[in-house]
Amino acid sequence: MRIELQHFSKRFGDTVVVSDMNLVVEEGEMIALLGPSGCGKTTTLFAISGVHRVDEGRITIGGRDVTRLPAQKRNVGVVFQSYALYPHMTARRNIGFPLAIRGMERRAADRAIDEMAELLEIRPLLERRPGELSGGQQQRVALARALVRRPDVLLLDEPLANLDARLRLDMRGEIRRIQRETHTTAILVTHDQVEAMSMCDRIAIMDRGRVVQIAAPAEMYERPASRFVASFLGSPPIAYLPAAATEGGLRVGDALVPWAGTAPRDTPLSIGVRPEDFGPDGPIRLAGTVAAVESHGREMLYAVDLALGARLRAIQPGIARARIGEAVAWGFDPARMLVFDGEGRRL
Amino acid sequence: MPNRLRSLMILGLIGIASLPLIVMLAFLVIDSFSASPPGTLIPDRFTLEHWRFLWQTLPGRPSIWTATANTFLFAGATGTLLVAISSTAGYALARLDLPFRAFFLGGVLVMHAFPTVTLIIAIFLVLQVTGLYNTLAGVVLVKTALNLPLGIWLMKGFYDTVPWEIEIAGVQDGASRFTVWRKLVLPQVRPGLAALGLFSVIDGWNEFILPQVLAPRSDVQVLSVYLAGLISDDSRFDFHLFKAVGLFYVLPVTLIYMIFQNRLMSIYGGGTKG
Repeated sequence: MRIELQHFSKRFGDTVVVSDMNLVVEEGEMIALLGPSGCGKTTTLFAISGVHRVDEGRITIGGRDVTRLPAQKRNVGVVFQSYALYPHMTARRNIGFPLAIRGMERRAADRAIDEMAELLEIRPLLERRPGELSGGQQQRVALARALVRRPDVLLLDEPLANLDARLRLDMRGEIRRIQRETHTTAILVTHDQVEAMSMCDRIAIMDRGRVVQIAAPAEMYERPASRFVASFLGSPPIAYLPAAATEGGLRVGDALVPWAGTAPRDTPLSIGVRPEDFGPDGPIRLAGTVAAVESHGREMLYAVDLALGARLRAIQPGIARARIGEAVAWGFDPARMLVFDGEGRRL
Repeated sequence: MPNRLRSLMILGLIGIASLPLIVMLAFLVIDSFSASPPGTLIPDRFTLEHWRFLWQTLPGRPSIWTATANTFLFAGATGTLLVAISSTAGYALARLDLPFRAFFLGGVLVMHAFPTVTLIIAIFLVLQVTGLYNTLAGVVLVKTALNLPLGIWLMKGFYDTVPWEIEIAGVQDGASRFTVWRKLVLPQVRPGLAALGLFSVIDGWNEFILPQVLAPRSDVQVLSVYLAGLISDDSRFDFHLFKAVGLFYVLPVTLIYMIFQNRLMSIYGGGTKG
């Protein structure tokens, strides 16, 4: 169901954790709350789930105002980073717990559990206890427990943080598949941009208790609102070069870069260049020396220390195109660069 | 082989060091079943005479079975009460947003450090006024109250190890706070409950000073008071009888230790495997 946060604020003592947050999650959509630790994303999640009291603002789920509703009555499924399975119960009883609490008849509950187990492919594990399950299996049980009661909303709090890299890749796809198949509105809290970009329809980036930008992953990557957002997306991250507005463009080191935007003359600006946009063939050339070359198998990763005093990274497919210590004049395409003002806002 | 030799030597040393205790224990058993001529420790005949307290009431004493029943009642009731109160109070202090929580926590610690004996006159007066003097219920309440600080603190420690997320998950799953405690949290602290229960029953069984002072009347006497009565009576001094009753007194506790040995080991080892 559609979730809406209006002017939501939350304090812990004197610390403002989230201030004046507005967010709409459409029915069936999966949205990521992405940000560094302490940005208020988990607090927001638990305010929606009903664990944290809302200090100011309103939260509605499917049009119903739940701001003052206790957690038990919100019909929200939560998956925790630690999975929070009940250690003394078998997987079957774990998944069945929300049904048992609602007084569902045993046979109907068993059918619902089996159906969920089928969807998550954990049928053979139902009689085991959490201690006898691997991390990935526990994750699936936790998901089944959150979904078995057909929640209005599914909340995922760093669900993949405790899994190893391989499993994480599998579970990303799995969670997305199950969310689609059950058509559940979902919010994913994460600090991992890859997770947010690959799993969600839209991303809300948070910084110090505020939403900085909400957009679809590709759009956010192409048109970040600020340096903060640009730095958060992409790995290896974007790098910045000092620039200044001049007649007909920007001055970057010795190069004159064509730019259609406007800024007062001689104000300090910066341009961001992503590693995939920098390489031996770009039209705007900058001189420097190669400081590092790393092979990532499919592609090579370079770090180039520029003569103008900054370091740019480059990703290029195929074999090594430069050696460490080699003097190069690599370039980038001005159409792909991002220009930011002194406060970090994109121009 | 030098390893073997070393452990043999260590065993020998331990054996010699604990010899006095072993000899005393052996004589506790032997003396209760035998008689020896005057002037020697070596028994010369087998007799059940010292165990006569089991089938006949000793002059001026209550029946041993009344005392035994009283002891079971006393130990059982203090154990049950202590576990019931500590498991709820400990949870409240560990997890609930109580007013004066810090004050209660500090208070419990101070109470724990307070020596019981200094309170006994005050307690005696309270029981007199409330009419609980010379009743089992009175001593049970007092004993439980005095063990509560330890119990509450112990249970709080166990609750502190239960992850918060489990409780949040329970609330999110629709359970009330009470159901969360009863169905999700309590099973996680079962080792603590078992430890506290066992400790409390054994402690109650061994308790002497409180029943002696607060419930000396013969029909509410517990075994420890009964036993002490045997040697305080100078005119009918019977050491063999004392040893037999003593042996009878330690039997249940020994049994508890034998039965729950593994359980106790896992508790002291800090294991939480249900």
